[in-house]
Amino acid sequence: MDCAAGVPVDSRVLEAMKPYFTEAYGNPSSVHSLGQEAKKAVEEARKRVAELIGAETKDEIVFTSGATEGNNLAIKGVAYRNKSKGNHLITSTIEHMSVINTFKYLQKEGFKTTFVPVDKYGTIDVEALKKTMTDQTILISVMYANGEIGTIEPIKEIGEIAHEKGIIFHVDAVAAEGQLPINVADEHIDLLTLSSNDLYGPKGVGALYIKSGTKIQPITQGGGQERGLRSGTEDVAGVVGMGKAAEIALKEMPSESLRLSKLRDRLIKSVLEKIPYSFLNGHSTKRLPNNANLRFSYIEGESLILSLDMEGVYVSSGSACTSKTLEPSHVLLNIGLKHEEAHGSLLFTFGRQTKEEDVAYVVEILPDIVKRLRMISPLTPKELRG
Amino acid sequence: MSMYTEKVMEHFKNPRNMGEIPDADGVGTVGNPVCGDLMTVYIKVKDNRIEDIKFKTFGCGAAIATSSMITELAKGKTIEKAIKITRGDVADSLGGLPPIKMHCSNLAADALHAAIKDYQAKKEAKQ
Repeated sequence: MDCAAGVPVDSRVLEAMKPYFTEAYGNPSSVHSLGQEAKKAVEEARKRVAELIGAETKDEIVFTSGATEGNNLAIKGVAYRNKSKGNHLITSTIEHMSVINTFKYLQKEGFKTTFVPVDKYGTIDVEALKKTMTDQTILISVMYANGEIGTIEPIKEIGEIAHEKGIIFHVDAVAAEGQLPINVADEHIDLLTLSSNDLYGPKGVGALYIKSGTKIQPITQGGGQERGLRSGTEDVAGVVGMGKAAEIALKEMPSESLRLSKLRDRLIKSVLEKIPYSFLNGHSTKRLPNNANLRFSYIEGESLILSLDMEGVYVSSGSACTSKTLEPSHVLLNIGLKHEEAHGSLLFTFGRQTKEEDVAYVVEILPDIVKRLRMISPLTPKELRG
Repeated sequence: MSMYTEKVMEHFKNPRNMGEIPDADGVGTVGNPVCGDLMTVYIKVKDNRIEDIKFKTFGCGAAIATSSMITELAKGKTIEKAIKITRGDVADSLGGLPPIKMHCSNLAADALHAAIKDYQAKKEAKQ
């Protein structure tokens, strides 16, 4: 139940990709028929990705190597190209590191940046955002939903505010894609980052939606592929996989999201009922269907992960002990949790392979695991040790 | 595949000497819940030997396993020998720890040393 970290490639996606490794290996830039066959497949995939997010034309989709590149291209590309109009960029404090670190990089390059705070549920403070806007603001970048705490952001509202002021609006939709219906036109989105693996496509592929007329410049220089915005020969098989993954996601989203949200609610409700001093992180209703982030007082997340691992359940945590930096998750800290609270959090993310009995199994074993670790912990109050 | 050795996982699963000693002769606490690791070691000393030792730990798998291991290493040892047990000894006895855990979660030797110092201070105060 660690689907936010990675999911398997859907077998239908793999089948669609196979011919493009060996038989249809052409370069889409070639004029001959082998190249044109590859080009046709890439354009078909582009159409599928456009349909998933309600883009007007497929030409608004640029394929990338994944969401990190997509976020870099969107933010740097807009900042560099619109420098003459202003130098102020706005984002939130709970974005993915590929957004936060790109903002910090641009800060060093001389841009002014604002990280807007969120409330205790992780919802962006729209009033605070409004107040930070100046006539120098050229970009607002906000995630559609947070993959760690599951909270869905008021995207349409922020989009409207941005467009009233003529500010370009970028959305990182990696956590939301395939989970929630997205419509870039309705939601006033100018740029939208997608990744393939989060749709059960291959890793190492992604896409950036760029609304026609949006002023952006490339960050890689080369042969001018992808309308000059992303030079480098396309990963044809990967792109075909992402196209197929988008097609399946669009078709299956309504039923799958409903199924997962029921599993999510069952897990949350049962755990909160059965385990004292357990809490939900993130918003209780404005929440991704596949996400349950729970917090347990007096114990630490990595030992929870190991305990569940021993029982065959894979999850992740926002604990410092599970990160490369030895810092707890910035998302958990920015929703106002103390360090010791963040350490005790556990993230369940469901996917197509998650079944009802898997959730029932977690509900069955988790109370004893928490109890055992609380017995070991010196922080546990006496009344919980018995 | 775990990031830990089998020995670490075994101690995590079945920690030795977990608990408290209400009438301990020495108690040592190190770490901080803010950092994610907090350990308390209790010792009972008789004839200059660690007769009984127990621990309580808040922390990751490595923190719990090193706490359990230190109790095994120290039990029955004289105070002089016990105070010489190092963080490295604990890690070696567990078949090694991931490099990132060597500093943050390998506090058990420090907790033991703190317990011994507490015991020695109490003893001096009595004399």
